[in-house]
Amino acid sequence: MQARRDFAPGLILDARKRSTMRERIVAAPEPAQVFVLLDQGDGRRGTPCVREGERVRQGAAIARADDGPGADLHAPVAGRIRSIGPHENLREAGPGIVIDNDGSDERDSRWEPCPDADSLDPDDLIERIRGGGIVGLGGALYPTAAKLAQGRDRSVTHLVLNGAECEPWICCDDALMRECPGEVVRGAQLMLRACGATKCTIAIEDDKAEAGAALEAALAAAGDARLSLAVLPAVYPAGAERQLLTAVTGLEVPQHAWPPAIGLLCQNVGTAVAIARLMRTGEPLIRRIVTVTGSGVAHPGNLDARIGTPIAELIAAAGGYAGAPRRLWFGGSMTGRALPDDAWPLTSAMNCIVAATAADLRAPAQAEQACIRCGDCARVCPAGLLPQELHRAVRSRDEVLLERFGLADCIECGCCDYVCPSAIPLVERFRQERVAMRERAAEAARAKAARLHFEHRERRLAELEADRRREFEDARRRARDSSRDDG
Amino acid sequence: MRFETAPAPHVVAGFTVPRVMFLVLLALAPAAVAHVVVFGPGLLLQFAVAAPVALGCEAAALALRRRPALPALRDGSVLVTAALLAICLPPLLPWWLTALGTAVAVLLGKHVYGGLGYNPFNPAMVGYAVLLISFPVAMTRWPLTGAELDWPTLARLTIHSFYSGVPPPDLSWDAWTGATALDALRTGLRQRLTLQEIRAGAPFGVLGAAGFVWVNLAALAGGLFLLRRGIVRWQIPAALLAGLALPAALAQALDPGGHPGALFHLFSGATMLGAFFIATDPVSAATSDRGRLIYGAGIGFLTWIIRRWGSYPDGVAFAVLLMNLAAPLIDRLTIPRIYGQTRD
Amino acid sequence: MNPETLALIGGAIVLALALGGTLGWAATRMPRDADGLVERINALLPQTQCGQCLYPGCRPYAAAIASGEADLDRCPPGGAVTAQAIARLLDRPPKSPDPSYGTTKPRQVAWIDEARCTGCARCLPACPVDAIVGAPRLMHTVIAAQCTGCELCIAPCPVDCIELRAVTAAPPSQPLAAGC
Repeated sequence: MQARRDFAPGLILDARKRSTMRERIVAAPEPAQVFVLLDQGDGRRGTPCVREGERVRQGAAIARADDGPGADLHAPVAGRIRSIGPHENLREAGPGIVIDNDGSDERDSRWEPCPDADSLDPDDLIERIRGGGIVGLGGALYPTAAKLAQGRDRSVTHLVLNGAECEPWICCDDALMRECPGEVVRGAQLMLRACGATKCTIAIEDDKAEAGAALEAALAAAGDARLSLAVLPAVYPAGAERQLLTAVTGLEVPQHAWPPAIGLLCQNVGTAVAIARLMRTGEPLIRRIVTVTGSGVAHPGNLDARIGTPIAELIAAAGGYAGAPRRLWFGGSMTGRALPDDAWPLTSAMNCIVAATAADLRAPAQAEQACIRCGDCARVCPAGLLPQELHRAVRSRDEVLLERFGLADCIECGCCDYVCPSAIPLVERFRQERVAMRERAAEAARAKAARLHFEHRERRLAELEADRRREFEDARRRARDSSRDDG
Repeated sequence: MRFETAPAPHVVAGFTVPRVMFLVLLALAPAAVAHVVVFGPGLLLQFAVAAPVALGCEAAALALRRRPALPALRDGSVLVTAALLAICLPPLLPWWLTALGTAVAVLLGKHVYGGLGYNPFNPAMVGYAVLLISFPVAMTRWPLTGAELDWPTLARLTIHSFYSGVPPPDLSWDAWTGATALDALRTGLRQRLTLQEIRAGAPFGVLGAAGFVWVNLAALAGGLFLLRRGIVRWQIPAALLAGLALPAALAQALDPGGHPGALFHLFSGATMLGAFFIATDPVSAATSDRGRLIYGAGIGFLTWIIRRWGSYPDGVAFAVLLMNLAAPLIDRLTIPRIYGQTRD
Repeated sequence: MNPETLALIGGAIVLALALGGTLGWAATRMPRDADGLVERINALLPQTQCGQCLYPGCRPYAAAIASGEADLDRCPPGGAVTAQAIARLLDRPPKSPDPSYGTTKPRQVAWIDEARCTGCARCLPACPVDAIVGAPRLMHTVIAAQCTGCELCIAPCPVDCIELRAVTAAPPSQPLAAGC
């Protein structure tokens, strides 16, 4: 672990993946009960379209996205709906749907393959992807159909598949690329058709030699000139969307804009495989590859697991706990979210589960101290920000400074936290402040709208008043004229 | 099974402030050794006073501010201030002046502004400047350097002066102390001597000031160590040395008789100490890389100006303080470009 | 003291008096950017247009603060945050809102119970931001996104069919008022 010698931002981290990278993907045993969470991040939430006690088949829709960019949720197993709402033992996870697995694996009737996907109209293709509930499997959970449709609307030309997997511990995408490179390529072709781009680059890091070789072979076999492979240096956060796009294409996504603005679209390789599988077998998004690792797990590996499986069962499938695990998180070590309970279910956002012992953890060695303005954080920030200045602005809640130093552009990668000698929890502070900033912006927008309506109303009333007065004057004049004529 | 939760990242690099301070002190060691060899044991006595006074003042200030004292004392930042001050002060300084300077540095240079991380000025330089202006004679009294010097006598002189402020009865200030090279340069130029005549005088050595050149070389070695370890970044030292050397070289090219040139300036006075240890204090320096280049260059340039035309022999302290004043403005003007930002 | 020193001291005193006097005169006598100040104060107010400050709208209140006619603690919807922001703008000591002008409530929007609404249209002109849609003898409804929660529509309603509901951070797909 050290900062890059070539003075460029980012960190070279110890990947902690050597052992897990050699393992093959193993199917996790089917769970007896699944708990499918309705929250999909960023305020998106599905509305259940089933009732308690109802029996559903595997792959049937159990929740619909509301009008808004969400995705439908599908039953990962066949069985009876046990409950809808907060889980009795796990209220903190939020509302979800519990299904008791009846072991039949009966598939829903709508689950049918699409052999002529290559000749489908792109809009129909996107509709199928939407029907399959496919979301971005890199962790953001953004509905893929919506993203592809946006790409189509903005006429993107270059699709980039993110196989970088730059965070320590995670290697599910690496396993996927090693074992199913053909599916990755197929998914890429389907996505190209859907979004209308003319070329696709699959981006991986240079520490994934096997995956690279497998993909090269698959690309050669497919013989599609639109597809290519790009190998990037293994620097964190090479897989962050904007940084990845810049590394692959040399273009920079403008501030406050999204990649389609410059004709680019980025998707995770796992999403590509999910789309390929959807077309090949009709299977909606009901499972994903998840890396279960950490020194607190006996046999770390990559599992093919159903959404909604309790994490405790996944760890049992990986040999159970080993040592004395102190912390459980999903994601990598830089941006992973700690979970308070291993009864928590697997969601489509979880690409990696880590049960960390004290040896794995390297928590800040001391309590938080004052910032000494060493500038190490600024040196490693991949977004070009000055975290020390942002920290000062956050403390004083100075909106002008927050705007000037670009709090909105923070990608929350954690590089600044990693190097801070004063152990300041920078990412935490920035995240909280960004939420507060969004609320303040919404408040200001509402106030502005109210002011405009009020001013408009005042003008309207003033005009009415003026009209009335004019009519009155006219009437009086007419009366005076007529009385003069008479008299 | 329940687990503890904590925010990401879950693995950090483990750099700590005490470790940074320890490495800085380690890097100062060669310069300290050179200092003692050349100028006598004064440095050790000064540090023996400065360190406890610094720790005591810091503890007192934190108690007054109702903050926990132990974490702040443990981080070692005040020891670095004491060490820098001790190495900058003349070794013959009586102990009460050292104590005063240290107290001013810690209380007025650091805690009045809020403690570690909040001081706009370099605390050691605040203490040094206050002493220099208030006690100009004592602060410009450096031991003579040269072959005729004998270390045990120098030690005796130092110890006596340290305790009482006056030399022992059998020694006199005139015999054993004299102007530093920079001092001599200034007075000599004012007296319209030529450079050759000035350089023939006692305080001058081969490269720069006799005696001081060793301290500077040792400080350079320590500074390169800090660079290698990543404790100090190259922008400030490089800019400072360039900002000092380039005008000096230019001036010498234009008027060889009146300016001693870059090498002399680089290895006399507190140049190397300033470049790697004093100006690089992160709290009071500019914060962006480009800003640090400007900051360092400004210090170098001001140092040269003060040495050439100012009233005080070594300009590093005042140059640092002046650029500390300018640091917020430099920061304001050198905000780096954010990813995706287009400058219009 | 020699004449030189006296001259220096005298000159310094004269200069100080002149500069100080000029600044003092400028602070009190020169015309202020009144309109600009009113705009800036208005930008800090929550634009509820409720009139609890006893002025007909936020802008008149802003003008009153700028002219010194009213104090800055009269805005309950703005709460302490607004009062402090205005105090900071005008460089005055901060003040909590005066409870005699009303209590600060969490964000709320009006909701018309359509079962009880008689279509009398008395609430329509009462709304300062035209957030009630309707016409005489036709159903009225509140545009929730436009309502500022000022409560001015409550009083005119003869059948008490309007109530205020707190706004929670619900997903945008669950509107609170029956939209049209």
